[in-house]
Parts: sequence; structure tokens; C-alpha cells
Amino acid sequence: MSEKEALFSKKNLGLLSNPLNSDNPITVQVLGICSALAVTAQLKPAIVMAIAVTAVVAFANVIISLLRNTIPNRIRIIVQLVVIAALVILVDQVLKAFVYDVSKQLSVFVGLIITNCILMGRLEAFALGNKPWPSLLDGIGNGAGYGAILVIIGFFRELLGSGSLFGYKLIPESWYIANGGFYSNNGMMILPPMALITVGVIIWVQRSKNRKLIED
Amino acid sequence: MENLINLFVKSIFIENMVFAYFLGMCSYLAVSKSVKTATGLGAAVIFVLAITLPVNYLLENYILKEGAMAWLGPQFADVDLSFLSFIMFIAVIASMVQLVEMIVEKFAPVLYTQLGIFLPLIAVNCAILGGSLFMQQKAFNNIAEATTYGLGSGIGWFLAIVGIAAIREKIKYSQVPAPLRGLGITFIVTGLMGLAFMGFMGIKL
Repeated sequence: MSEKEALFSKKNLGLLSNPLNSDNPITVQVLGICSALAVTAQLKPAIVMAIAVTAVVAFANVIISLLRNTIPNRIRIIVQLVVIAALVILVDQVLKAFVYDVSKQLSVFVGLIITNCILMGRLEAFALGNKPWPSLLDGIGNGAGYGAILVIIGFFRELLGSGSLFGYKLIPESWYIANGGFYSNNGMMILPPMALITVGVIIWVQRSKNRKLIED
Repeated sequence: MENLINLFVKSIFIENMVFAYFLGMCSYLAVSKSVKTATGLGAAVIFVLAITLPVNYLLENYILKEGAMAWLGPQFADVDLSFLSFIMFIAVIASMVQLVEMIVEKFAPVLYTQLGIFLPLIAVNCAILGGSLFMQQKAFNNIAEATTYGLGSGIGWFLAIVGIAAIREKIKYSQVPAPLRGLGITFIVTGLMGLAFMGFMGIKL
């Protein structure tokens, strides 16, 4: 290739923005559902998880993309797993060092980033066939798309389930029935099944806005 | 013995991999279009969970845990390799899946043709790694408990995927609103199944 592509050409910007809506990893590609549901009972762990996954996806994409011409096809899965696992160990140690309480809350789900399908999916589908720079953008884009959904789910679940955001009470204490008011939290929003139903509703809203995504 | 039965029932129903921890959702959603393939994948998951958990249990307790290497000699007594556990577990799982695939191919060709495509996929199913990580967190007392937990979680996962596949086969004939069709309704149905499974939480074990 003689002509050099601009760093932020239209195609590259598309890599960043498509995963936010029409190519969203969770609602369209159906990747990485497990952690999206499990960590979203509150907003704070959801955001920490989103940042962790974005970092791992972006770096794994770059590393695999740099190695793409040297990895033998037969053992590529195990090479990918090793790269991802090494990055996840780094993330885990960083979380334990700087935000210990959140890392306790996320429990096994930090380790489960290794088997988060977004990683394998993006490595297989994108990084193995593209240069490092587009791969980095693709990683960041997909991490952001994943994070966006996590934040939406976390927002509704924490607001309706605990009446707070980031742990700060938003609903005045005097509203609660215990204090003679009329309001009570919907405890069901904290329970795991409501996460699934929230995602179902998000998919419903997204697809009725963007009719191209409807399955038949 | 009673303890093991409790653990078994608990891991199938109360701490169900899919409904309580959302583990293995990706393949749960992707491979649940027909009951037959769902049964195949479910069986493979039971199989691999029941094998990898005891192996990872031994690895955790004799090599990785703080002070676990004491059996090698007193100079190793304060070695703590637990930060390596992710990479070790995933390596064990990937190689076990490969090994299981080869053994099944050699000794049970019929089962192999049924499970064939699903076996390699299982290496990246989060239910398997999740099982090992929960095992590490729960700190089981002996290998029998770890095996029981693996078997139970596998059966719980199997029940969930076969159940959703049966419902999806029926739902094809209903009038679902267009934007909900496919993925959306599957999520909502899974949520409702999860609510039903929460009824088991009342059981005191």
C-alpha cells in the first residue's frame, strides 16, 4: 500500500462509533452477556467493569494484531487465551491495589473477563485480519459499546432498586413508607432475573428505533 | 454424605449457573434454537465441568494457594502463586477440553459425532471457568465436594439450556412484537424462568 490512510479517516471513525449503536456487542452481536448482567446491580461496579473490559479488549486487539502474521493458525486460540489471561491478571492486580472494595464486589467476574466472548469475538473477527491502529480503535469502540449498555442497565437497576446512584441516596428519606411516606424501593430490580428483563427491554427499544436490526 | 447431597441440590437449583450468576450466557443464547443441539451442548458442559473442577481443585490446593507448596519442603512454605490462578485454570480447561475430545473420539465415536462441534467451543464457555473460580472462592474442604459442585452446576446449566430451547421452539408459533423477536423475547423469557427458579431459594439446606 503506497498511499497512507489518515489516522481518523471515515472508516476508522466508523470503527469507533458503530459498536455504540448498530453493531453493539451486547444487543446486536450477542457477545459478553454474562458479565453485563452480573455486575450491574449498582452503577459503580458497572463502570469499573466497563473500563476494565475496554482496556483488555483494546490491548489484546493491538497485541494480537501485531502478532497476526506470526501466529500459526492451528494454535491461535491458545495464544489468544494466553494474551487475554495475562492482561486480565494485570487488570485484576490493579483493581485489587486501587479499588479494593469494588474488586471484592466484582468477585469472580474480573477473572471471567478471560472468557468474555467480546474478547475472543473481536480478536477472531477483527484483530487477526487488520493492522494495529484500526484494531485499537475497534477494541475501544467495542469496549465503549459494552460500557454504554452496562451503564444504562446499572442506572435503572440502582435507581429503581436502591433509590440511589453511585451509592448516594436520591429519593428523600421522608418519602419512604417506613417514615410515613408513599414510596418503597422495587427490591426485585436488584435480583438477577430483572437484569435479563432490563436487557430485553433495551433490545426492544433499540430495535423499534432501528428497524434494520429486527430478526425474522 | 448429607453435606454432599445438600451441595448437589444447591448447585443445581438455588445457585443455578445461568439464572443466579448468568454464566455461559453466550452459548446459552446462541445454541438454544433447538432442543436437540441444546441437549448435546448441555451434556458436554456437564462432562467438562465434572472433570475440570477436581483437577483445578488439586492445582489450587497443592500448587497455587498460599503455603500450598509446603509438601515440597519447608523452604517453599511461604510461596504464594495465587495471582497465577486465572492463567493456570484456563490452561487446564483448554487442555482438558482437548483431551476429552480425543478420548471421546477414540472410545465413544457416536457421542463424538453428537457433541463434535460443541466440545471445542466449551473451552471459552464462562460457566466452566466460572465453576473453577467459584470453587476457589468457596474453599471446599475436599475433592469430593469440588466434584459434586462441578457435576451439580453442570446439571443446572443443562436444565436451563434445554428448558429455554423447548420454550423457543414453541415461541416460533406465537405473535411476538417485531422488535422483540429472537433475542429480545429470549432475554425476557430467561428472566421469567429465573424468577421461577428463585422460588427454590426458600429451601433451607
